Amino acid sequence: MLAPYCEGTSADQLVVRLGLEAADWWAAHTQATCQRGSLVLSPTRDRAELAQFAGRTEGYVKVDGPQIAALEPDLADRFASGLYFEAEAHLAPRAALAQLRAGLVRDGTHFVQDEANPDDYARRGITVDCRGFQARDTQRDLRGVKGEMLVLSCPEVTLNRPVRMLHPRVPLYIVPRGDGVFMLGATMIESSSAAHISVRSVLELLSAAYALNPAFGEAEVLEVGVDCRPAYPDNLPRIRRDGNLISSNGLFRHGFLLAPAMARMVADLIYENIIPEVMDETPG
Amino acid sequence: MRDFYGSTLNTMFMLGTAQYPSPHVLADAFRRSAASVATVSLRRESGRDRAGQDFWNLIRDLGVHVLPNTAGCHTVKEAVTTAHMAREVFDTKWIKLEVIGEEDTLQPDVFGLVEAARILTEDGFQVFPYTTEDLVVAGKLLDAGCEVLMPWGAPIGSGLGLNNLFGLRTLRAHFPDTALVIDAGLGLPSHAAQAMELGFDAVLLNTAVAKAGDPAAMALAFATAIQAGHLAATAGPMCPRDMATPSTPVIGKAFLK
Repeated sequence: MLAPYCEGTSADQLVVRLGLEAADWWAAHTQATCQRGSLVLSPTRDRAELAQFAGRTEGYVKVDGPQIAALEPDLADRFASGLYFEAEAHLAPRAALAQLRAGLVRDGTHFVQDEANPDDYARRGITVDCRGFQARDTQRDLRGVKGEMLVLSCPEVTLNRPVRMLHPRVPLYIVPRGDGVFMLGATMIESSSAAHISVRSVLELLSAAYALNPAFGEAEVLEVGVDCRPAYPDNLPRIRRDGNLISSNGLFRHGFLLAPAMARMVADLIYENIIPEVMDETPG
Repeated sequence: MRDFYGSTLNTMFMLGTAQYPSPHVLADAFRRSAASVATVSLRRESGRDRAGQDFWNLIRDLGVHVLPNTAGCHTVKEAVTTAHMAREVFDTKWIKLEVIGEEDTLQPDVFGLVEAARILTEDGFQVFPYTTEDLVVAGKLLDAGCEVLMPWGAPIGSGLGLNNLFGLRTLRAHFPDTALVIDAGLGLPSHAAQAMELGFDAVLLNTAVAKAGDPAAMALAFATAIQAGHLAATAGPMCPRDMATPSTPVIGKAFLK
């Protein structure tokens, strides 16, 4: 999701501000984005969550039941109130990366897949280390935050935009990927293990999807995803420099949202010697 | 100040470590509030291969007592297994024992709680049981070897405050020599002040601080309220009465016709 305003409910304003660059950037460089806003809903019982979310974010309009039904006909009569963030967008991450890569190859970039020590490359010239959690060997204060997600096929349901469902125990977001495919995310567990998804997480994610629309009960599970988000103690990104080696890391759960701004700042540092606002001079 | 299994705490504030926007914000809340105990929940999936070690190190760095808990456990076996894992990970005998009996209210299963408390106490743990205000259960927990009781104020994460004032006051009166900590359900600093005014020895909370717009400021607000409530309890509060009593004598005052 490219949802900077929604992230403002718990993330620092830096994330919101840098994230505002994302939707336009991805739209300009790929055909994988879709700008139809995002919808935030809560079951009637948990409407206090919606009020709190509204109080901590901006860039939305309040919508009632008929307005929700107009935006998302398959959610008609299921929710009485919500928030519509019109300026937000979503993208198909794998398609976006593939298109980005194809464009770079067309422009003459060579991709080499190899296991290597970033220091070896740095001896030969400017090297940018973007390995995420794998950079723990040099970024000692990086920790892993486990995230789990599911990909479902449910042709009976149509959603036009990402929907975030607030719940005190199991918040959920669901992103339509087209052709009846949906991504359900995502847990956040203080763990550096990306080995397996737990039964509890599967139950919680699927139960929340079912609560959004019972038709998801008939969905097929296409994929289970588990990975480790790289995070510094304040959950904010950092750029660090040690001679020729530049580290760009700590994007936490905001990889696609912050990547354009981080890449811009790294490029400005290399080519213009402009110190990034997320520059961190302390060693990792 | 009451001691907890032989440890005297600097403050009467125990603070949870879950749901903060970041570990940095969490540390800030501890710094500003001077909370003296950090409770930390241990997911068994994180404990098995110490996959949560990075976060636990951050908790250790807070420099306060660590009270691991068995949050999310629904059976005696789960709770006992989690407690053992916690002892290994955090190198402490302290365990906040939760055995959940009802999914919607997260009300403790007091039967399983007593059983788990006995097993863990016999195994050398120092158990802080999350319980209700029920007097009989409290007695059974003490019989099982607990020296601290942690009655709920209201359901976990609800922010409703002290739901059963009579029950909590009665519990305090029946167990004057036992360390009693109000655990769960507090939403506002005034709830914490009220708990301390009732004579409880400490307050434990998490969501009200972690989910506040400014967690560090809210932690400080709770710390101040806890101190105020404790001070009030020890200062000899006046007894409420039905009849108004003027603080200034009426006799001799000038009056107009």
